[in-house]
Amino acid sequence: MDLRTWILGRLSLEAIPYHEPILVATFAGVAVIGLAILALMTRYRLWGPLWRDWIVSIDHKKIGIMYMVLGVVMLLRGFADAGMMRLQQAISFGDALGYLPPHHYDQIFTAHGVIMIFFVAMPFITGLMNYVVPLQIGARDVAFPFLNNFSFWMTTGGAILVMMSLFVGEFARTGWLAYPPLSGLEFSPDVGVDYYIWALQVAGVGTLLSGINLAVTIIKMRAPGMKLMKMPVFTWTALCTNILIIITFPVLTATLALLGMDRYLGTQFFTNDLGGNPMMYVNLIWIWGHPEVYILILPLFGAFSEITSTYCGKRLFGYTSMVYATIVITVLSYLVWLHHFFTMGAGASVNSFFGITTMIISIPTGAKIFNWLFTMYRGRIRFELPMMWTVAFMITFVIGGMTGVLLAVPPADFVLHNSLFLIAHFHNVIIGGVVFGVFAAINYWFPKAFGFRLNAFWGKCSFWCWVVGFWVAFMPLYILGLMGVTRRLSHFADPSLQIWFQVAAVGAFLIALGIAFFLVQIYVSWRDREALRDVTGDPWDGRTLEWSTSSPPPDYNFAFTPRVHERDAWWRMKQSGYRRPESGFVDIHMPKNTAAGFTLAVLSSILGFALIWHMWALTIVSFVVLVAAAIRHTFNYRRDTHVHASDVARVEQARTLQLARHV
Amino acid sequence: MSDTRILHASAAGGSASADDSRFIVREPHHPENGTLLGFWIYLMSDCLIFACLFAVYGVQGRAYAGGPTGAELFDLKLVAVNTAMLLLSSITYGFAMLEAQRARLSGTLVWLVVTGMFGLAFLGLELYEFHHLVEHGAGPWRSAFLSSFFTLVGTHGLHVTFGIVWLVTLLFQLGRHGLIPENRRRLMCLSMFWHFLDVVWIGVFTFVYLMGVLP
Repeated sequence: MDLRTWILGRLSLEAIPYHEPILVATFAGVAVIGLAILALMTRYRLWGPLWRDWIVSIDHKKIGIMYMVLGVVMLLRGFADAGMMRLQQAISFGDALGYLPPHHYDQIFTAHGVIMIFFVAMPFITGLMNYVVPLQIGARDVAFPFLNNFSFWMTTGGAILVMMSLFVGEFARTGWLAYPPLSGLEFSPDVGVDYYIWALQVAGVGTLLSGINLAVTIIKMRAPGMKLMKMPVFTWTALCTNILIIITFPVLTATLALLGMDRYLGTQFFTNDLGGNPMMYVNLIWIWGHPEVYILILPLFGAFSEITSTYCGKRLFGYTSMVYATIVITVLSYLVWLHHFFTMGAGASVNSFFGITTMIISIPTGAKIFNWLFTMYRGRIRFELPMMWTVAFMITFVIGGMTGVLLAVPPADFVLHNSLFLIAHFHNVIIGGVVFGVFAAINYWFPKAFGFRLNAFWGKCSFWCWVVGFWVAFMPLYILGLMGVTRRLSHFADPSLQIWFQVAAVGAFLIALGIAFFLVQIYVSWRDREALRDVTGDPWDGRTLEWSTSSPPPDYNFAFTPRVHERDAWWRMKQSGYRRPESGFVDIHMPKNTAAGFTLAVLSSILGFALIWHMWALTIVSFVVLVAAAIRHTFNYRRDTHVHASDVARVEQARTLQLARHV
Repeated sequence: MSDTRILHASAAGGSASADDSRFIVREPHHPENGTLLGFWIYLMSDCLIFACLFAVYGVQGRAYAGGPTGAELFDLKLVAVNTAMLLLSSITYGFAMLEAQRARLSGTLVWLVVTGMFGLAFLGLELYEFHHLVEHGAGPWRSAFLSSFFTLVGTHGLHVTFGIVWLVTLLFQLGRHGLIPENRRRLMCLSMFWHFLDVVWIGVFTFVYLMGVLP
């Protein structure tokens, strides 16, 4: 091996896609915006605050916000991919080949799926849980604050690797789960699948550690008196989600490691030769993949529960059944994976088993829908934005759920497998459930995080564009799927289908407006923040402990740890005439910021990049430095600090004055 | 219903706000340390990685693809010695923990070093076995059986390697700070990790080697 290969591996100038005008234009756009941001940050001297207050921060609230920002940024990228696909499919009929060559189109649908699941939906739910869970359980931070920071930067490292594939090399052309043998060395010899593997491995470490962290936080750090059955529903769903993360992400890690072994060491796990078995990969990846969709939806079921009871001014109907429904879904989600490949040929009895377990999941889910409906029944419903999103979710998600039950019938699945009907189904539940839920949750908790409410007018514009856009974009896909059109095609011969794809493209355009209006909503709310200021800390007349703090909460969350007697603890405190303590503050023990998490994540990302390009020198160096840095971090024993009682008194005094001014 | 009772109680009490200890904890509140629970959960997630590798071995353990079989390759005597090394290392780790319980630093350090030596012996024998197999044309690329064998056993070996690196690190930290609570906690975590690897190895020994030599 010569020196050049030793250092640069497979990387050469050829890897830069300067001959692809779309990518060059994108790169130019990204570069201009990026440079503008860098210049503005330098101009306003923001580098220091960014580093001190955010990058090295172990405050769960700041980390939660950073996760949400990551989710929004990646949503723009993921949606750009979606828009390109919609446009291509709307024009690529007969003699017209559209504007995307198949080679590029295949990367786009792969990147779209990977980004939307791993780097949009996952950061959103992790961000929400990070922000809200400690506040809901009356804790001052998570169980492992340093790991929390590390987890975030690992997730971001994975996202950066995926983004790099846009301009350096290429991304996988395999679909979002990279089934072998297509993703094996024989059919995908270049770097695309390696980007996929290492981006997900780096981000996966972050997700697993964050899952452990939040699970331990919920188990160990609840306020005194908060028994399990007194936890807020969102915390319950967060607990179940994190347990699912803990029991599924190792499977993903192992599966991708095996695929990586096939590609790097020439093993025969999923090859077609020498005993390899590609279907084993499909089994393994879906053992992770199916629970993953419940990982995404459960926290939002929790958010909808909080929102429904808050805006209806009622206790949640059927709290106990809600909790058990969540637990049943958690268990059952592990027993349905084979419905993703009924056509594998496992036989009628196996297919029946998995078809029935799949249908059974609709029972606890249906119970939840009824609980929300009965909470609304005879409630004083306030149709604020979060409640609007919740109602839209209930209508949309029920339809998506029903097409899911339809697909769970193995004979029907043999017809609809791999068709656009399936695509419509899972977008129906993911957009209708996860995305609507995230917007509901953002509108709901935003005032808590930033101290001012979000503008309702632009929020409603965004809401209607999203909801209508979703229906216009995906109903045609149901119809096309029933007509037998398969997924992942970049060109169609039959011109009679074109109208449906054109309708879908209009829907995608409406969704684009929905996203744009969301950004406008954020900007306008920030501009009018004084008018929208939340001085009470409890803008919606909330029920759970996060609303007992100021908006935004102080670093230490609670000057005194709350004592819980009932569900809806804060509601009960308000009913009992609770008054904030204004004296007698004590020192508060808090974790100290550290740059170790950021450093380790940067090193891991470099290691991933080196492995993708076979830069063996850099691989060795970054691995050794990574291990050394991790060991060095363990020699740091001074990880705590104290917020002095006088500082607590000062912060609390300011809040007392603020409250008094606005009574 | 309990919540109405509280409402009444507060109404009857008039200014219930004076008694704020009902809703807050005045004294400094320190939640329980969750490190051991967290580490347990981590071990269980690690156990799932091994579960996947065992499952893969279960599917492909007899996919010889015309190549050598377990019965032809495995040298049970060597593996028995290897197993003994690891089991002994678990016992000596137990002795280190006993010394730590009695707050005897030097005893702890000595037993940790002995543990590390057994661990190294285990790794040495494993590497010798791997080298031997590859030399005889039975590398991981030869068949799906060998791929799953090398991956399962190798992943365990990587864990032991990591455990030894951790053990050495801990030796320095114990030397520097003694048996302070943080170090005791780390000692406990490494103990769980080490015994966990022992348990996994018993699975490997039974499932891969003993059952592998059956016809």
